[in-house]
Amino acid sequence: MLKHHAKIEKNSILLLIFTVIVISIGGLIEILPLFRTETTIEPVKGVRPYTPLELAGYNIYIREGCYNCHSQQIRPLRDEVERYGHYSLAAESMYDHPFQWGSKRTGPDLARVGGKYSDEWHIQHMKKPQAVVPESIMPPYPHLLTRGAALDNIAEHMKALRAVGVPYSDAMIENARHDAYAQATAESDYHDGLMERYGEKVNYRNFDGQPITTELDALIAYLQVLGTMAELKDYKPAPARMGGE
Amino acid sequence: MNTLTEKPNYNDEVVKLFTIATVFWGVVGFAVGVFIALQMAFPSLNFGEYLTFGRLRPLHTSAVIFAFGGNALFATSYFSVQRTCRARLWGDSWSMFTFWGYQLFIVMAAVGYVTGITQAKEYAEPEWYADLWLTFVWVAYLVVFLMTLKARREPHIYVGNWFFLAFIVTVAVLHLANNVSVPVSLTDTKSYPLWGGVQSALIQWWYGHNAVGFFLTAGFLGIMYYFVPKRAQRPVYSYRLSILHFWSLIFIYIWAGPHHLHYTSLPDWAQTLGATFSIMLWMPSWGGMINGMMTLSGAWHKLREDPVLRFMIISLAFYGMSTFEGPLMSIKTVNALSHYTDWTIGHVHSGALGWVAFITFGAIYHLVPVLWKRDGLYSMKLVNIHLWIATLGIVLYITAMWVSGIMQGLMWRSYDSMGFLEYSFVETVMAMHPFYVIRAGGGILFLLGALIMSYNLYRTIKGDKAPEVVASREKAHA
Repeated sequence: MLKHHAKIEKNSILLLIFTVIVISIGGLIEILPLFRTETTIEPVKGVRPYTPLELAGYNIYIREGCYNCHSQQIRPLRDEVERYGHYSLAAESMYDHPFQWGSKRTGPDLARVGGKYSDEWHIQHMKKPQAVVPESIMPPYPHLLTRGAALDNIAEHMKALRAVGVPYSDAMIENARHDAYAQATAESDYHDGLMERYGEKVNYRNFDGQPITTELDALIAYLQVLGTMAELKDYKPAPARMGGE
Repeated sequence: MNTLTEKPNYNDEVVKLFTIATVFWGVVGFAVGVFIALQMAFPSLNFGEYLTFGRLRPLHTSAVIFAFGGNALFATSYFSVQRTCRARLWGDSWSMFTFWGYQLFIVMAAVGYVTGITQAKEYAEPEWYADLWLTFVWVAYLVVFLMTLKARREPHIYVGNWFFLAFIVTVAVLHLANNVSVPVSLTDTKSYPLWGGVQSALIQWWYGHNAVGFFLTAGFLGIMYYFVPKRAQRPVYSYRLSILHFWSLIFIYIWAGPHHLHYTSLPDWAQTLGATFSIMLWMPSWGGMINGMMTLSGAWHKLREDPVLRFMIISLAFYGMSTFEGPLMSIKTVNALSHYTDWTIGHVHSGALGWVAFITFGAIYHLVPVLWKRDGLYSMKLVNIHLWIATLGIVLYITAMWVSGIMQGLMWRSYDSMGFLEYSFVETVMAMHPFYVIRAGGGILFLLGALIMSYNLYRTIKGDKAPEVVASREKAHA
């Protein structure tokens, strides 16, 4: 063995090539099969791309680094399912570029936070988390209440997402700006179009209660849809999956 | 190595710059770490838009991994590749470009984090433009290193350089594959990664775990393989073991990523594969530890005399401990408890503070007098004080995180006699407060140690000599 190894040790290019081969094997074997989506992503109805307003909220979630303290991934363990709801399915995050599963729960999991609290609760919580949860160690985000949401070029964002595989239609991209502002108001002529494009379940209202469409509108719209898209009542886990529960 | 008859004209100027940058970014990274640790204990320290925990945490992780660790790797690899090849570092302007280019990358990334420009992928937060810039710098690094190897006047490539080369090339592969993204426009800082959902999760943790495996392990083993034998003035314990653990380490590490995704929506087969290889990884990891520690056989007395060598050996002990803890935590049932808790944070820090930072401190204490041509360090006594303050800091840090992590994990899954969940989430947060205070205390001690080191190195470079230095200790690093 040592004799043969001497050849590699005396040739830097050979060493480089062998190293690249050795480090490639594991990654290829683990990653490539995941792109066969029929075996990776369980079929479940209802999961759609984010509306333009929710997408703006997703981007604020990323900007503020929420993923550093909150996971969006409920594991199939008894206590987690009781605390947070049905365990997360791969389909539920398939349009997240990138995923927001997180790795640490300094705060609770948010995979199914949608509909769990009122908009008013979220407004107070973002202004000052300790106002609603006195022992919370979360930072306050009052600047979200005063700053207008960046919606004017949201169509460009959707085009970039379409380029990486999110199925936004031409109509969705064309009407992005209107859809975004319409979703943040209680009454608008564009609501029919919004529901036609994103489904009857879309939440539309003035999320933050202020006359202008703020970053908080976008963030609450995003938080309120989390975990609510998938039709879990119809979902039948594959036999192999049930064994794990 | 020590039978040099003629010394080539080594390029030590660039090594000096990287050494200073290592110390500077180290202090910055530790200070930000202390600040965010205090934020978790005292949340009122989150003020304004730019200094919240969510924005500062990536600043801390990137500052210590890429700024402190990265500059340390540049400095030590450039230093040792010249000595082990008996050749001057190839391309003076190329290596100088890697210095300024890398510092620019660090500043670009840091400014981005504070202003909210992030890809939201742990340890890969910099946006597309910074990633692109880093790619240029990294290719230049590979060229400089490889061309220096080619110009060597030794028949064999030294084992430390195998590790450095594997680190450089693997980090390049990981960086490119994980960061493919589509910018919103060429004038927009925002981009969307090509990978989404479950695929993005596995590719991210394939990257993330191998940032640990290659950046923080293979690279720092390269440091160990040069500086421990040099400092102990003994040959590496076993050449056979070097070969065996090098190839098995780099082969097995790459599979371990899925253990970050246990019980998630990632298919079970991938989780099981990740756990299996993580457990196998224990052996090659300990191969490195044994090879480093046993290099001292016959010279154990040097540990008593030389605090710089003590830094290196304690770092190997922490390496051994965290590479045992890692496989343990990758077992699915253990992970069910440890995941999402502070246990992970403690594990990372026993590796980052104990292994990565300590081997770096040891290497830097060795490097500075050589680079600036001084007889020795300003004060060996201060090195010793640094060693014990920092060790105490690490012990406080990791024990606090073990307790708070395991406690929180147990509280989350605890049921009362009626069969209901016993604790609300916020009750578990309240229970962790004392441990967050202790952790911040540990961090402050570690930072204090780094400041003592900075002072000691500054006085060394100035050419001062503390009066209390014992003569016998000086000889050890002549």
